[in-house]
Amino acid sequence: MHNMANNMNRRSFLRMLSAGAGVLLASPYISFASAETDRRFIFIIQRGAADGLNTVIPYADPAYAKLRGALAIDVSQATKLDSMFALHPSLAETAKLYANKQALFVHAVASPYRSRSHFDGQNVLETFGTTAYQIKDGWMNRLLTLLPSAQNEAIAFAATVPMALRGKIEVASYAPSALPQASDDLLMRVNQLYAEDAQLHSLWTAAMEANNMADDIGAKQDPASFGKLAASFLAKPDGPRVAMIETGGWDTHTAQEGRLARQLKSLDSMIAAIHDGLGPIWQKTTIVIATEFGRTAAANGTGGTDHGTGSTAMILGGDVNGGRVLADWPGLSNSALYEGRDLKPTTNLASLIASISSASFRLDPTQVNKVLFTEANKTKTIAIEGLLRT
Amino acid sequence: MANTSNISPAAIAVNRFGLGARADDIVPNEPKKWLLDQFIQYQAKPASLANQANTVNLIAEYSQQQQEMRKADDAEKKEMKRTFTREVKDTYQDAVSARAAAALTSSTPFMERLVHFWANHFAVSIEKPAIADLAGAFEFEAIRPNILGNFKDLLFAVERHPAMLIYLDQAKSIGPNSKAGSRSAEKQPDKKRGLNENLAREILELHTLGVRSGYMQEDVTEFARALTGWSIAGMGKDKAISDETNGFVFRPQFHEPGERNMMGKAYSQSGKAQAEAILTDLAYSQATATHLATKLARHFVSDTPPESLVNKLTQAYMTSNGDLSKVYRALIDAPESWLVAPAKFKTPWEWLISTLRGLGRQNLDNIKIAQILNQLGQQTWKPGSPAGFDDIAATWAAPNALLRRVELTQRLVAPFGDKLDARVLADKLLFGAVSDQTKTAISRSESASTGLALLLVSPEFLRR
Repeated sequence: MHNMANNMNRRSFLRMLSAGAGVLLASPYISFASAETDRRFIFIIQRGAADGLNTVIPYADPAYAKLRGALAIDVSQATKLDSMFALHPSLAETAKLYANKQALFVHAVASPYRSRSHFDGQNVLETFGTTAYQIKDGWMNRLLTLLPSAQNEAIAFAATVPMALRGKIEVASYAPSALPQASDDLLMRVNQLYAEDAQLHSLWTAAMEANNMADDIGAKQDPASFGKLAASFLAKPDGPRVAMIETGGWDTHTAQEGRLARQLKSLDSMIAAIHDGLGPIWQKTTIVIATEFGRTAAANGTGGTDHGTGSTAMILGGDVNGGRVLADWPGLSNSALYEGRDLKPTTNLASLIASISSASFRLDPTQVNKVLFTEANKTKTIAIEGLLRT
Repeated sequence: MANTSNISPAAIAVNRFGLGARADDIVPNEPKKWLLDQFIQYQAKPASLANQANTVNLIAEYSQQQQEMRKADDAEKKEMKRTFTREVKDTYQDAVSARAAAALTSSTPFMERLVHFWANHFAVSIEKPAIADLAGAFEFEAIRPNILGNFKDLLFAVERHPAMLIYLDQAKSIGPNSKAGSRSAEKQPDKKRGLNENLAREILELHTLGVRSGYMQEDVTEFARALTGWSIAGMGKDKAISDETNGFVFRPQFHEPGERNMMGKAYSQSGKAQAEAILTDLAYSQATATHLATKLARHFVSDTPPESLVNKLTQAYMTSNGDLSKVYRALIDAPESWLVAPAKFKTPWEWLISTLRGLGRQNLDNIKIAQILNQLGQQTWKPGSPAGFDDIAATWAAPNALLRRVELTQRLVAPFGDKLDARVLADKLLFGAVSDQTKTAISRSESASTGLALLLVSPEFLRR
C-alpha cells in the first residue's frame, strides 16, 4: 500500500498541513498565557470498579481475611508496604517505584457518588459533578484551560475521546491502527472537504497533528507497547502535556483471583513502559490511577466481589512524595463498613485529584478548585497537601 | 455547512430510519408507508442467518470441549485450548458476517436497525469466551423474533437466554438459605457459594426502569434473591434438562426461599414465578416506558431528543401496555422525527453498513467485517460493558476515529475503480441533497475511486 518514499512524503506533508492548521487555530490570548510548563500529567482510569482491597491489601486489619475468605491475598506472596498494607504481587514494577519513594497509594477513597452504577460512577469521576450527567464537560478539559495556551494540548490514547477530556478545548486522540495508511492526496482532499464543516474540520486537524507525532510507532496493542507509545508522545518537547489512558476489565464479579492478577500485571507493565519511555521526563511527570468505586468488602457467592464504594488510588511520578500509604483507615469491622457492606470512603477522590493536579502544574489550588468544581461541591473540597516533594 | 433544506422525507426514511440507500433501490414515494410496510415484510430469520448454529447446540459443544480438556494431559490441553479458541473465534466472526449480510441486502432496513438497537440495549460483551460463542445466537434467537411484539416478551426472552445469564453472572448465583447454599456453607465454610447481584442490578438500571429511577440497594439485593435458580442447562457435568428450547433451566435447589419485598410490593410467589412476577411489573412500569422511549428517540432522531417526542413514545407504550409496534408507529407519525437537519453522527457500524450498501455490494466476499469493525472502534458485541455502545456523537466523532474511516474507505473503494461514478452515486445515495463543497471535492478528485472515497466520508454521508 505504501513504501518508504511515500512515507517520507507523508511526514513532510503532514507537518506542513498541521503547521498550517496551527496558524489558523492559534489563540488570540497567547500573549497573556501563564508561565510555560514542562510538567506531564497522565490520568489512567480503571473502568469497571477495581478492587482496592485486593490491590493495596489491609492485611493487618483483623476482618480482612475473614471477609475475603478464599479470595484473601496471601500476604507472604505480596510486597509489604508498611505494618498495615501490602501490595498485590502482580504489581512488581510499581513496588520498585514505591521502594524509590515514587509511588503513593491513597486508600479508602471515593468520588461523591454513592449508588453503585458503573456508568453514573464513571461520569461523576470524569466530570467532577456531584451527580451523574450534571456537568457536560470533563475535569481534564477544564484543567487544560488553566495551562498556557501553547501547551494545553492533551491527548487521549484511544480512537475516541473519553468523557474526562471532552469539552471546550480540542483534544487529540490516537491509537495504533492496523488499517493501511491513506494516500497523501486523499488526506489533503479530505482536509478541503471538511473546510466548511466546523465539527469535522477541527476533528480532522487534531487527527493529522496526532498522526504526525506518531509516525514511527508500530501498531502493537499490548500494555507495554501501549505504555511505550504514550511515553513517546509525552517525551517530546512540543508534545502534549496531558494524557488519558483507559483500562477496562476490572468488574470482577466472578473468578476474581486470576482476573485481577492479570489486570494488575497489565497495568504494571504499562506503568513500567511509561516510566522507561519517559527517561529524564519521568522526574516531571505525575500519573494518577483511579476507578469509579470499589468492590464489596466481603467476597460474593461466585468467587468474586460485587459493586462497592471505597477503593484505592495511586499517584506515581519522579517527584511524588511516595513510599507511603495515605489512609484515614476506617476499618473493616461490620459496624465500620459503609451500609454494612463496603469499605467506607474517608478521602474524597475528586479533592485528591484536584490537589495533585494543582501541585503537579504549580497552579493556585483555589483557582483549580474554582475551575474543576461546581458551587455545590466546592465547599466540601479539602486540599490535600504534601503530595509532591517539591 | 451543507445546505439541508432540500432533504426529502424519502431521504430521511432511507438514511435516518433505514441503513442507507442502495443505488438500485426504488425511491419510496410514500416514506411513512414504506416504513410501516416493513412490519409485515420483516423476516426474523432471513436466508443469510439460515446456517447459524443454535444456542442449545453451541452450549452442548462448548461444554463437551470443556470436559474433554479437563481429562486431557498438559501437552494435549495446550493444543486443545488453541483449537478451541480458534473455533470460538470462527463462530463469532461467522456470526458477525451473517449479521452484516442480513443488513446489506435487507429490504426491511428499518426493522434491521431495530434489531441492532435492541441488541445494544440488551448488550452482552464477548470478553468472556462463552459470550463470543453465544453472542450471535443470542441476537438471532432472543432479539430478532421479538422486536415487534410486547416488550415483556422481549425482556423474558433476553433474561432467560444463556448468553445473558452467563454474561451477568446469574447462572451460578445461589440463595444463601437455599438447599445448595446451606449445603455449601456446611461443606466449605470458607468458600461458601451465594448471591451474585450483577444481573438484578443491570436489569433495573439498564434493561427496564433506568438509573436513578428510585430503586435502592435493598431492591437490587431482593431482586437478586428472587432471581436465584435462573440458570442454564448442560454446563459441565450437569445433567439438568432445559425446560425451554433455548437452554434455560430453573434450579429449585438454588432458589432463595421466602417472600421478597421490592419497591414497596410483596412477591410471595415461589420458584421461578417470583422473578417472573417482578419482571412483568418492571416491563409495565412508567419508568421503563420513559427509559425506552428516551433511548429510541435518541437513537433515531437526536442525541438530545425533543421532550415532546419522548412523551409521545412513552404514551404509546403505556396505552398499549408495552406493544412495541405501537411505539414505532408513534415514532413514524411524529413530526419531530422528520426534521430536515440530520442530527445523528453515524456510529462505525451504521457508517460501514451504509457504505457497503452505497457501493452496491451484494455479498461480503473478501471483506472481514469483524476485524474492520474492530479497527473502526466498534467491535460487534463487544461494547465492554452491559450498558452497550453509546448512542451520541461525542463518542464516535473523534479525531483518530475519523481518520480510520478515511483509511478504510480508500481500501473499500479500491475494487470499484471507475465502475461507479461518484457524481451520479452522490445524488442517488443522498437523494439530491449534496452540498456544493462535496460536489466540488468529488468533481476535482484525481481518480474515480478518490471521488467515491470522498463521497463516503463527506459530511452529509457521515450523518443521518
